Amino acid sequence: MAQPHQFCTFYLDKLMFGVELQKVQEVMRHLELTGIPLAPGVVSGLMNLRGQIVTAIDLRRRLELADRPEDMLPMNVVIRSADGAVSLLVDEIGDVVEVGDESFERPPETLQGKVREVILGVHKLDRHLMHVLDTDKACETVATATSMNRRLASTT
Amino acid sequence: MDDLVKEFLVESNENLDRLDSELVKLESDPSSQELLSSIFRTIHTIKGSCGFLGLGKLERVAHAGESLLSHLRDGKITLTPELTSGLLAMVDAIRTILTEIQNTGQDGNEDYPDLIENLTRLQQSRQTMSSEQQQHSVQYESKESPAEQGTAEPKFPPVPGKIGELLVERGFVSPEDLASALQEQAHSRDATAETIRVDVHLLDRLMNLVGELVLTRNQITQFSARQSDPTFISSTQHLNLLTSELQEEVMKTRMQPISNVFDKFPRVVRDVAIGCGKQVQIEMEGKETELDKSLLEAIKDPLTHIVRNSVDHGIETPDQRVARGKRPEGHLKLRACHEGGQVVIEISDDGAGIDTVRVKNKALERGLITPQQATHMSERELLNLIFLPGFSTAEKVTNLSGRGVGMDVVKTNIDRVNGSVDLQSTPGKGTMIKIKIPLTLAIVRAVIVQSAGKRFAIPQVSIQELVRLDGDHVRMDVELVHGVPVYRMRGRLLPLVYLTQELGLRKDAHGEREQEEAINIVVLQADDHLFGLVVDEINDSEEIVVKPLSKQLRGIKVFAGATIMGDGRVALILDVVGLAQGASILAEVRDRAVTEKPVESLEKEAEKQTFLLFAGPDDARMALPLDTLARLEEFPASQVEKSGEEWVVQYRGKILPLIRLESVLEERRRRPRNAERKPQSDTSPMQVLVCHDEGQTIGLVVDQILDIVEDRADVKSPATRAGIQYAVVINEHVTELLDIPAIKRISKESCGVQIERAEVSN
Repeated sequence: MAQPHQFCTFYLDKLMFGVELQKVQEVMRHLELTGIPLAPGVVSGLMNLRGQIVTAIDLRRRLELADRPEDMLPMNVVIRSADGAVSLLVDEIGDVVEVGDESFERPPETLQGKVREVILGVHKLDRHLMHVLDTDKACETVATATSMNRRLASTT
Repeated sequence: MDDLVKEFLVESNENLDRLDSELVKLESDPSSQELLSSIFRTIHTIKGSCGFLGLGKLERVAHAGESLLSHLRDGKITLTPELTSGLLAMVDAIRTILTEIQNTGQDGNEDYPDLIENLTRLQQSRQTMSSEQQQHSVQYESKESPAEQGTAEPKFPPVPGKIGELLVERGFVSPEDLASALQEQAHSRDATAETIRVDVHLLDRLMNLVGELVLTRNQITQFSARQSDPTFISSTQHLNLLTSELQEEVMKTRMQPISNVFDKFPRVVRDVAIGCGKQVQIEMEGKETELDKSLLEAIKDPLTHIVRNSVDHGIETPDQRVARGKRPEGHLKLRACHEGGQVVIEISDDGAGIDTVRVKNKALERGLITPQQATHMSERELLNLIFLPGFSTAEKVTNLSGRGVGMDVVKTNIDRVNGSVDLQSTPGKGTMIKIKIPLTLAIVRAVIVQSAGKRFAIPQVSIQELVRLDGDHVRMDVELVHGVPVYRMRGRLLPLVYLTQELGLRKDAHGEREQEEAINIVVLQADDHLFGLVVDEINDSEEIVVKPLSKQLRGIKVFAGATIMGDGRVALILDVVGLAQGASILAEVRDRAVTEKPVESLEKEAEKQTFLLFAGPDDARMALPLDTLARLEEFPASQVEKSGEEWVVQYRGKILPLIRLESVLEERRRRPRNAERKPQSDTSPMQVLVCHDEGQTIGLVVDQILDIVEDRADVKSPATRAGIQYAVVINEHVTELLDIPAIKRISKESCGVQIERAEVSN
């Protein structure tokens, strides 16, 4: 069952991540962001993507990594979500890779905390481990009781 | 599918919607010839078109209905609820068939023999009374034959004019009526000739394009400001003008009155009410309120759900209502209006209300909240728990439960269009659900302000005025009320809210105010409250395209959306109501509204009154209507003198007799009060309510003046002691309403002639 999957890869703090290619709308260089007061920390701001307003989520913060150095301009991986386009801010864009199911493994049990719910698992590439990102979870920032309850109800 | 069929479907569906509401209306006004004729015409049209299109089954159903209706119209039979139900069932059947046609192109296999039989039976039930019966059935048979053949061989309707002549001939209508009816018909034909049907998607695209055009226009306008070429500048101005006009017109094409949705409700209410044995009267207000078609679609289901819930769970059965001292007929009110750039829809009933205790217990039971949370939750928060998924107070067997079934669906749907749902309920009195839908699709005029280097747009509709203070005025006119900044605007205190502080952009707003040379205040209105928003700079006003915020940001109440500015950057749009709530401008008002609003909207006959609330003896909550009071005074206890058995003070050159409530009111507590002691301790001043009653002035000594509130105070219970008119519920507290004449009487009895003496001195 070696169904090949295509992933768009990118880097965050030297770690390699991948999202399913089908979910990626486009990859953009840095765009100017408008900050949003009172917004959750992971939301970096809003940007104008050809007349469309897109929310930018800082993946470093979402994954609880160290903040990006100030002189480093993030790149945008714009993904399609149920709620319209969302941009994930990353350090650097990588290649598109094709992998099969056989290289996939669930995250190790020792991976704990918030990060675990965002990372579906890893693909063992030749020289790297590619973390597979759950884009829906990555876009979810307000995990309030209400939204949790709602999700609970929708799954049961 | 055939275009002709498609057209027929669209038209018939529209007509059916109207039919629903007309039938229900007819039930309350059975003599209305106008309604009857309209209903008859609709069914007749459907029947006629069926003949053309070869839809035999639909035609037979419509025909049965038509026959019944014509009897009604001719006054052969009178409308009964059973008849209305029959007709409504026919409408439903037609609708089902139409859906079937839409899906399959055929009118289905269902023949509705029961329905047709029922309709025929209803029509004949009273006919035996009529002497003209024979003549009529003949007339029907002759009418029936072309209809029956319709499926095989489409026939054309009779030549226009004939029907009218026939009617006149037989003396059913006068020639004058005929002439006016024909004229009316001719007129309505003209109206249809002037309208065309347009695909909604086309309008959507048009709207999007106009939105983009507006943005481009804004960019060009900004660019032209830096140019000096007069031709270019004048062209830009022209472009500006045209764009605005175009935008306005395109917006109008998408607007529809809310009556499109509201008009379905009388039928819904009727059905549900009959289904659960209740009597419900529906009242609608603001039906003409227009909103975007897509929004209208989005709120249709949630509204229907709420209305259904209100009748099913909110309003009690007539017996229960009578037992609770209400009219047996429940009252459901729908109200729509534009408010602060939003469409507000209120659905209120005068039913049982929601029992927050039960809501809380249920939420705890379901694990939706923790016990710690529960203790800290306000009534309002508790009420809003019913919007959580999986929440229902229904012990489903009983059906008569609190609300909550599927309210999360309502909320989800409203959330989807960036709207908000708010619920207010007073147990025993009713529930009001307030839905606010922002005009997310609309282009609005907004004032652009800046604070801490960021730009924000404020919808112009919420802005009352702009105030700029500079120089000394900054220090002079902005004052502090216990540390809270206010601005004295034309003699009224306007609470000030610092945008930087609200948004957490800068910490110490007050500190900086001292150094600022000028401050800009945007006077905003949120619900009924004015407040001033202090911003760093006020820029131009601009047309902005409101775009909704993504779900990650929807929890931030102070923003209504975002927009793209002329320079291509994104700016946030402030939500004035959210801002006011954040700054607690609205909190207090809203809490009060919980008790006040549903009552206000439900019980029209009870006028709202203003009461003075005060604490009587033993901390009893008491009230007097404000108009019975002349003044509130404070007297130092040392001014009180004794005149005979009576305590008096000198007041405005007269002697004011004082009545201590504790000495006239029957005691509630066992502990005896010392009636002889002075009104209050010598040091603290006495609170005195100066009242006029029948030309006499008296002073009532109370323990403490609490508040002035507006309330209808229509939940009454008889007084439990003398001197009290009755106990009422004001602001959710049981409050005793003083009976001044009775108090005077009691006081007179206890201290004899003194009052008479005071009267003389007055």
